[in-house]
Amino acid sequence: MRIIIVIFYFFLYLNNLNATPMADQEIIFKNLRCLVCQGQSVADSNSDFAQTIKLVVRDQIKEGKTEKEIYKFLIEKYGEWIVYKPPLNKSNSVLWLFPYLIFIIGGIMIFLLLKKRPNR
Amino acid sequence: MKKKLIKTSIIIFFLFITIVFFVGLNKSSIYDTKDLVGQRLNNISLDNFNSDLKITEQDLKKNNYSLINFWASWCAPCRDEHSFLLKLNNQNNISLLGVNFKDKKDNALKFLEELGNPYDSLARDEFGKNSVHLGIYGIPESILINKDLVVIKKFIGPITEKDFDYIIKTIKR
Repeated sequence: MRIIIVIFYFFLYLNNLNATPMADQEIIFKNLRCLVCQGQSVADSNSDFAQTIKLVVRDQIKEGKTEKEIYKFLIEKYGEWIVYKPPLNKSNSVLWLFPYLIFIIGGIMIFLLLKKRPNR
Repeated sequence: MKKKLIKTSIIIFFLFITIVFFVGLNKSSIYDTKDLVGQRLNNISLDNFNSDLKITEQDLKKNNYSLINFWASWCAPCRDEHSFLLKLNNQNNISLLGVNFKDKKDNALKFLEELGNPYDSLARDEFGKNSVHLGIYGIPESILINKDLVVIKKFIGPITEKDFDYIIKTIKR
C-alpha cells in the first residue's frame, strides 16, 4: 500500500515537472496578439500565423530564451502591436502612469477633505 | 474657492477624456509593419529550394537591391503579382529572392512551370519559421532591401502596378 502511495506521489511530482515549462509557454501565447485575427491571442487562435508563432516560441524556449527576450524578438519583427502588454516607453508612459497618478491625487484629495472636516 | 477648484477639475477631466477619445478614435488601427522600414535585416538563414545550402546575408549583399518575395502555390493573390515579378526579373539592378512559404515542393514547381520563374534564387520555408525573422504574417508579402540589407519598403499583399512603379523608380535612382 505504502509503495502505491509513493508511486502515486512520484507521478504527481513528474506531472509538476512537466507543467512548469508548459505554463510558461501558455503565458507567452496569451500575451501575444494574433495579427491576422480579430481580438484573439495566439493562444486562442488556430490560424496559420498563430501556429507559426507557436512553433517559433517553442523553439526559442527550447533554446533557453527568457519570456522577455522572446517578446523583444517579436516586437522587433512585428512591432509593439503584437504584445498585449507593451513595455513602458515614451509614447505610452501616460497610459502606464496615469492610474498611479490618479490614485495618488485621489488619496491626497481624500486626505485633505477628511482633515478639514472636523474644523468646520 | 473650493467650488472653483471642483469646477476646474471637472472641466479638466472632461477635456482630458475628449482629447483622449479624439486622438484615439482618429488613429488608424489597421496593423502594418512600418516599424520594419529602416531596420537592418540580420540573422538571415533560409533553406535553399534545391539543395541543403543556406541562403544568408552574404548572398543578398551581392546585389544593389533585392526583393524578397514570399509565395506559395496555394496562394491565389500570388498569381496576380506574378506578371510584375516577371517584369522585374528583366531589370538588372535588382535580384529577386523567392521564398516558397509552407508549400509542397511538387506544387511549387508546377506553379513555376505554369507561370514562369521570375526568381534569381529560390528558398524554401516549409514551416514558416524562418519567415518570422523577416516579420512575415501572411502571404503574399515582399520586402525591398538595399545592399546594406536595410528595409526600404514592405509590400503586404500582392504587388500592384503602383508598387511596381515604386520599385522601378527606387532601383533606377
